[in-house]
Amino acid sequence: MVESFVFAVAAVVIVAGAVGVLVNRNPVHAALSLVATLFGVAVLFVALEANFLAAVQVIVYAGAIVVLFLFVIMLLGVDRVEDLEIEPFPIQRWLAGVVGVGVAGLIIAAVAQGRKALGEGEALPANGDSNIAQLAENLFSDHVFALEFTSILLIVAVVGTVLLTRKRSAG
Amino acid sequence: MIPLLAAVVPTTAYYLVLSAVVFAIGVVGLLTLRNPLVMFMCIELMLNAVNLSFVALATRFGDISGQTAVFFVLVVAAAEVVVGLALIISILRPRPGATADDLAELKG
Repeated sequence: MVESFVFAVAAVVIVAGAVGVLVNRNPVHAALSLVATLFGVAVLFVALEANFLAAVQVIVYAGAIVVLFLFVIMLLGVDRVEDLEIEPFPIQRWLAGVVGVGVAGLIIAAVAQGRKALGEGEALPANGDSNIAQLAENLFSDHVFALEFTSILLIVAVVGTVLLTRKRSAG
Repeated sequence: MIPLLAAVVPTTAYYLVLSAVVFAIGVVGLLTLRNPLVMFMCIELMLNAVNLSFVALATRFGDISGQTAVFFVLVVAAAEVVVGLALIISILRPRPGATADDLAELKG
């Protein structure tokens, strides 16, 4: 009962936020709709007992990434309403709608096809460890090389950002 | 509505269908919008849809590796946003109001 209520409310918030990103012509409003979606996903993470990821979702996504988006919007001053009068490809929206419905339909059909497999299989073992302990053990044993490579990735990202946004010197 | 909800327990399939819907909304946004910043937000929507299905399946089959994958997706998404926004700044700062169609001048 509580589970289905949480799922229903979170699903409504997620889909409403996603549609809000799509239809809001003001980028600031789109970014705020994105926060609603990210928060709904965090709620579902808690419902799925992924507590650590829920916290990271709120801190990294809703905190850092959306603030970065808003920061860039304000820096560039693009927070005006988009002009929709000019339409370079009139058929583009129709095609995009067809592609979107097709993608959703294909995935939902695949889920319906695989429903039996979803129903089988063993459930989550009653492991005494907390979610964060299990995640840490998996991360630092099976995926330790990938973890090290992400540190390289982050350093490359930081250096690349500094190079991209620095003003060219006069010389 | 409440008795209807009581009869239905959200199974993994529900989470996967929700994630498919959010992913499709992200695809439509990426294909129709022209503001590069909002297109970027649609990519974040798609990443979140995939994260949701990862966590739903990880919980269903009791395999913590799915949550590890989501962890890496989060890290890569953070790096991607930083680099992507830097690109957008360096492209849009000299020409404010440019749309994604104007970015074709990136061609050599």
